Amino acid sequence: MNDKLYRIILFVAALIVPIVCGGVVYALATDAYDAFEHFGFLNFLTSSQWSYTAGNEQYGALPFITGTLMTALLALVFCIPFSLPVALFVGEYFRGTKVASVLSTVTDLLAGIPSIIYGLWGFFTLRPILMTLDISPQGSGVLTASLVLAIMIIPYVASLSAEFIKMVPNDLKEGAYSLGATRAEVIRKIIFPVAGSGMFSSYVLAIGRALGETMTVTMLIGNTNNIPDSIQSTGNSMASIIANQFGEADDLRLSSLIAIGLVLFLITALINIIGKIMIKRARIV
Amino acid sequence: MAALTAVPLLAILGEVLLRGYHQLSWAFFTEPTPTAYKAMKAIEAGEPIPGGIANGIVGTMIMLGMAVIVAVPLGILCGAFLAENSKNRFAQFVSYLTDLLQGTPSVIIGIITYIWVVVPMKGYSAIAGSVALCIMMVPLIVRSTEETLKILPASLKEAGLALGGNKARVMMRVQLPAAFGGIFTGILLAVSRVIGETAPLMFTALGCSLIRFSVDKPISAVPLLIWEFFNDPNLQELIWGASLFLLLFVLALNLTAKYLAKKWNQ
Repeated sequence: MNDKLYRIILFVAALIVPIVCGGVVYALATDAYDAFEHFGFLNFLTSSQWSYTAGNEQYGALPFITGTLMTALLALVFCIPFSLPVALFVGEYFRGTKVASVLSTVTDLLAGIPSIIYGLWGFFTLRPILMTLDISPQGSGVLTASLVLAIMIIPYVASLSAEFIKMVPNDLKEGAYSLGATRAEVIRKIIFPVAGSGMFSSYVLAIGRALGETMTVTMLIGNTNNIPDSIQSTGNSMASIIANQFGEADDLRLSSLIAIGLVLFLITALINIIGKIMIKRARIV
Repeated sequence: MAALTAVPLLAILGEVLLRGYHQLSWAFFTEPTPTAYKAMKAIEAGEPIPGGIANGIVGTMIMLGMAVIVAVPLGILCGAFLAENSKNRFAQFVSYLTDLLQGTPSVIIGIITYIWVVVPMKGYSAIAGSVALCIMMVPLIVRSTEETLKILPASLKEAGLALGGNKARVMMRVQLPAAFGGIFTGILLAVSRVIGETAPLMFTALGCSLIRFSVDKPISAVPLLIWEFFNDPNLQELIWGASLFLLLFVLALNLTAKYLAKKWNQ
């Protein structure tokens, strides 16, 4: 095989990725067009109606956008107290030891569990616990979904943050130690400022992951088409409304669901790109 | 606090093991899903629910097999392109898009495959399911191939070129074999990631209670069955056996990948 042919083959293979991405946007946009045309783009995003009575169909994405943002942000809040210690543990305190490698295996395995099994566990184990503790009277809802989501994103945040913590130059830390700093001070005054932006980007990417998580949220959020008014109430996320109704929908409702899909795609794409750019910047430092 | 992260893993494993192990039997792996009526009768009679998840296992294997056949060569070629032209503008663009595709929620991959495959074919099919899985696997394989090729010592490639091999020959005979460990680990991880995917299969493969080998008809998959069992009170008993099977399979793939990565790194 000569070089030219080889280069062409590689180029064509690489071309597949932009084609698929372009195709995703194109297909979503054309199929969502009906809904946007019928309700108006802004009106679709800000309307909280979701009713499919024949003759008076009203579809708006606001409840699901709110539900998605609430679950994702809440999951992020819940995940910080767990992922931060794991990252420090693996990246600094017990770096390179057996304990750290066991812990990173555990987090890797957590990342590998399929989301439907997280959903089952949330439904059959966590939900009854929340109900008996009277934290969430109905069991299902935003709170339950985001608790399980938090567990699901811990591995991503922890392993990425640990990577940035490991990259903190040794001479900086040694300099601080030689000035008499304690380990806690080194972490606070050296590691956080230096690795901070990288760690922050890992949280951004984790949000991107939490936004699109489908099965877990579908099984736990309660699936009601209202705007959740507290963290205990039920709702629907963009991914869960699609998972719930896509199979039975047609015409305008199908188009509206695809429009929600387009919005979800754009939001996750935006967050992923921001996260990646931040990571790139953090790596240069 | 750090040790607490092990709690959910153990809790999930424990729960699925305890509730699922007694359902595992020969019949569970060789018989298709019972109808809700049969299951109801069995529950009323106090017997264990007959049947198993063979239709799901067969469907998962067929769809996964087709997806792997397409995604692996495509992913490796694309990864090789990115590794060879890392400074090229177009390659950086493709690299960004790969990340984007990897971060795309699986439910959207499901919608896309529905629009691309299910609508033109006028029906749900195993082909559609495998297209969805394939789209999810490609970016994962691209990434792992690219990263493994990039960390190979440059001298390896230079030596091959110095011996008179052209770039294609050096890639096929020197770089890819040297990177085999990393690429294979990446493929295993990609398989373990998509094998538990439910959302993209709901709108593409749909599910089916028969053991089927045809690729143009609706077909089942293990995660789809779990979802079905979850929604059908009569079949709820079967959830745990199916989940246990899926969980053990995924964790075993993960551990194998980790072990191989360690071994090949030495």
